[in-house]
Amino acid sequence: MKTAKLLAATAFVAASGLNVSQAQAEDLTLCWAAWDPANALVELSKEFEAQSGHTMKFEFVPWPNFADRMLNELNSGGKLCDLLIGDSQWIGGGAENGHYVKLNDFFDKEGISMDDFAPATVYAYSTWPKGTPNYYALPAMGDANGWFYRKDWFAKPEIQEAFKAEHGRDLTPPKTQMELLQVAKFFQGREIDGQKRYGAAIFTERGSEGITMGATSAMYPFGFKYEMTPGKYDMEGAVNSPDAVAGLEFYKELYKTSTPPGYTDSYMEQSLDAFKSGQVAMAMNWFAFFPGLYADPDTGGDKIGFFVNPGQLKEASTLGGQGISVVAYSDKQDAALEYIKWFAQPSVQKKWWDLGGYSCHVSVLNDPNFADSAPFAADFLLAMDGVMDFWQEPAYAELLLAMQKRLHDYVVADQGTAKEALDKLIEDWTETFEDEGKL
Amino acid sequence: MSSYSITEPSPLQKWLAGTLVVFYAVITLLPLVWILTTGFKSPVDAIAYPPKILFEPSLEGYVNLFTTRTRVSPEALQALPPPSSWYEEIVRNRDMVIAGPSRYGERFLNSVIIGFGSTFLSVFLGTLAAYAFSRFKVPLKDDLLFFILSTRMMPPIAVAIPIFLMFRTLGLSDTHLGMILLYTAVNISLAVWLLKGFMDEIPREYEEAALIDGYTRFQAFYKVVLPQAATGIASTAIFCLIFSWNEYAFAVLLTSGTAQTAPPFIPTIIGVGGQDWPAVAAGATLFLVPVMVFTILLRKHLLRGITFGAVRK
Amino acid sequence: MSDTSIDRVAKATPPSVAAKIRGLSDRAIAWIFVLPTIFLLLAVNIFPLIWTINLSFTNFRANRPNREVDYIGLRNYERILTDEDIWLTMQATAHFLFWTILLQVLIGFTLAWLINRKFKGNDLWTTLIVLPMMLSPAVVGNFWTFLYQPQIGLFNYGISFLTGIDPSSFQMIGDVKLAPWSIVIVDTWMWTPFVMLICLAGLRSIPDYIYEAAEIDRASQWRQFWTITIPMVLPFLMLAVLFRGIENFKMFDLVVQLTGGGPGSVTELTSINLKREAFEKWRTGYASAYAIILFVTVFGLASIYVKALNKVKER
Repeated sequence: MKTAKLLAATAFVAASGLNVSQAQAEDLTLCWAAWDPANALVELSKEFEAQSGHTMKFEFVPWPNFADRMLNELNSGGKLCDLLIGDSQWIGGGAENGHYVKLNDFFDKEGISMDDFAPATVYAYSTWPKGTPNYYALPAMGDANGWFYRKDWFAKPEIQEAFKAEHGRDLTPPKTQMELLQVAKFFQGREIDGQKRYGAAIFTERGSEGITMGATSAMYPFGFKYEMTPGKYDMEGAVNSPDAVAGLEFYKELYKTSTPPGYTDSYMEQSLDAFKSGQVAMAMNWFAFFPGLYADPDTGGDKIGFFVNPGQLKEASTLGGQGISVVAYSDKQDAALEYIKWFAQPSVQKKWWDLGGYSCHVSVLNDPNFADSAPFAADFLLAMDGVMDFWQEPAYAELLLAMQKRLHDYVVADQGTAKEALDKLIEDWTETFEDEGKL
Repeated sequence: MSSYSITEPSPLQKWLAGTLVVFYAVITLLPLVWILTTGFKSPVDAIAYPPKILFEPSLEGYVNLFTTRTRVSPEALQALPPPSSWYEEIVRNRDMVIAGPSRYGERFLNSVIIGFGSTFLSVFLGTLAAYAFSRFKVPLKDDLLFFILSTRMMPPIAVAIPIFLMFRTLGLSDTHLGMILLYTAVNISLAVWLLKGFMDEIPREYEEAALIDGYTRFQAFYKVVLPQAATGIASTAIFCLIFSWNEYAFAVLLTSGTAQTAPPFIPTIIGVGGQDWPAVAAGATLFLVPVMVFTILLRKHLLRGITFGAVRK
Repeated sequence: MSDTSIDRVAKATPPSVAAKIRGLSDRAIAWIFVLPTIFLLLAVNIFPLIWTINLSFTNFRANRPNREVDYIGLRNYERILTDEDIWLTMQATAHFLFWTILLQVLIGFTLAWLINRKFKGNDLWTTLIVLPMMLSPAVVGNFWTFLYQPQIGLFNYGISFLTGIDPSSFQMIGDVKLAPWSIVIVDTWMWTPFVMLICLAGLRSIPDYIYEAAEIDRASQWRQFWTITIPMVLPFLMLAVLFRGIENFKMFDLVVQLTGGGPGSVTELTSINLKREAFEKWRTGYASAYAIILFVTVFGLASIYVKALNKVKER
């Protein structure tokens, strides 16, 4: 027994001796939201484990709790996560409060160039202050809010006929927000295949970011802006412009006239549910879910079609997506950086897209075959051309909570007018920026 | 007056009262029964309309509770070797494969560790303090006792603000030790008040006799008072355990990946596409049943426990 | 029993010395026994409380460790007390408190009175009825969102079964008008047994001879109820109200899981609001002032109430 143990020990020492050139094998924990792409990332990371000798552990938190828990984790200086795929809006806080490791030196040393990533994604996911060459993350997952619809219902001759009779045009995936409302209203309460169906599943969630992400998808195309002059925090006339008010009123009308009953607190999961259970003709959700939706045995395949968020006065989509950062409190930063270096390789990025992750790497996106590689790939490129994001300020959480409250109070809880909601929002935000010393 | 008491209700009154109470009990237990049964429903049965009372029992909820699963294409599924266990078979029937264990086991274990750890500490410290308060003239005794009680008046969220900062500074965030200390501090007020009540009921004469027999004060406490207080200590322990077991606010704010207990975790159980109610119900059932058992065991001391010893009966 | 030993000890030691030695060692033991508890409470309760008071005069934010912290006097308090949204929150809390306590007292007392009819098996049923209140509010609250689902939820189905209303026509936790009641219902479901248990103890504390005397005076049942039962149970009932009042003022877990404060902010109770300020917006200084205001409120109200309770007890 003793000799066997000894032998084993020697063998172990010998084995580790062979690996001296490599860094010590670590247990790395990567934190992200619990959703389809996360599973793809687990799959992808197996290659990293095999190459590096490190083991990957994952902490995936459901979306409704994701921001809350991860920001809490960062703010308490927790060591749970070595790598964090944090939401785009966290970058300001991550950088200013020292939660994220600044990656410039590392990028320079390893020859990772941000020019290899789509400019919109670098701007949104990596830089702070915005647009400056100070990088705190590597673009990991491009995303935007898009739409999908029941292609099979749209194709039904009796539906087509009924729509034409009502609106004098063919039923097609909507090109403008107004068309979207028209189509949604058309489907609302309509009986198809013996069941009552509804117009559209949209975001109305109160607790995290749902209603803001949903409503801005309507408000951006109508002309909502955060500031009159970027960087000046002059919100009067931008946030509450007549166009912005019209956009918000529009979203409320969409909610009131075209959503399934009891749709008062719904976000990603509920939108997917409503669509998969055949309740709705159309639904908004993040592109991240589209590969899974397309693969769904019941409502995927040729039953589903995709379209980019319709424009109105202009083309715009609400930005989602995340960059991957190294957490400053981690004891295993070197190994974490190794992961980023591995992840940035074009071959890995290609595989990432194949597995269902939205790569931001230009070698993937500019590939002439990209647009045809999936039924939603072309729409994704279109969406990423016109993305707008929420504030990415360090005070982002506070700004978001104010918007969640004002929007939900107005849209779902029927309090006040759209103008009042947005006026109050400016008051809230002004207070925050004053506290921040930015106004 | 011995054969007939005028305060004894008439048989009709009894029957009526009994019927009404049983009716209330049935209604009030319905949600609990629903949790229990939903855990054994298939996801389809769980969200059926009208709600299903009779259904074919399924262990899918429990399997989903303990595993994480990924959807695979039908072709890939065909290529896999046949399922090696009954739970794998259940998962395969949904076009999925088991990717690994879920976090439920860990979270449950955390609840056990933190619950028992803090219960032990608070009962240990509480017994000592209660004995002192019960037997000795402690200066400012009433003030101290009231102070101990008043610590329970603060909303936990308010208490959590400085605790959060303290834990961050001391590196206690998201650790078992931090949570054990915190729950001990919260529970100790309950423990002291309850145990003081129990100890007050033990006649002093016993210890005094022991003291005179040559026992030291400590021996008297250890060999005479403790055995007498055993039931009281046990029920206090169960009350402390139930508190730590059920606590949510501190847990959700101060724990994350390592020391998170079950209450903040269970509501975040989601399935692959849509909330998996059978799995949530299964998780809730496993979590709630121990407390139900304790409640039944405790029924004699229940009132005292929930009123901080204010009502003893 | 041990007369001899007593005698021996008494004779062997001069009384003053004996008292001194025992007193000393007792005091030492008392301190040794009490100090760990006091220390723990100081560390986890008092020190943090002082810290909170200190923070409440600053603009500190726990998520901005690199920012300068300024003392801003009473500015935080001023802002809270003049904030309309916080007053709305207080109103929501008041609505919740009033109705939960009223319903729980009415139902709880009735149940206790019925159980006190001493029908067969009342012990068993009492134990069963008590179960909901011992369970984790967060876990149970979460499950109630399922029971409240329109159409498929058991609650809506039950209501529709009894009244014939379409079960998908109303939404307990999504509707602005119904949501405040949805939390009242669940809290009442959970905590009525608490009030019941206390009332039961009160009812059982009334000695039979009082009723017997009343019977001899030919007082009607109705009169007995109002002149004996109610006054005798009142101190117990008031105690139950005190406990429920404090607990529901602190209410967080159940409601946060049920409605999360929505729709809009109609069920945003103070604790939920405080959580948003402290741990989502990270306005730590502001939230500290908020916490102090809440603490003073509970403490003040509870003290006044306890005085009233003692008066009732004295009668």
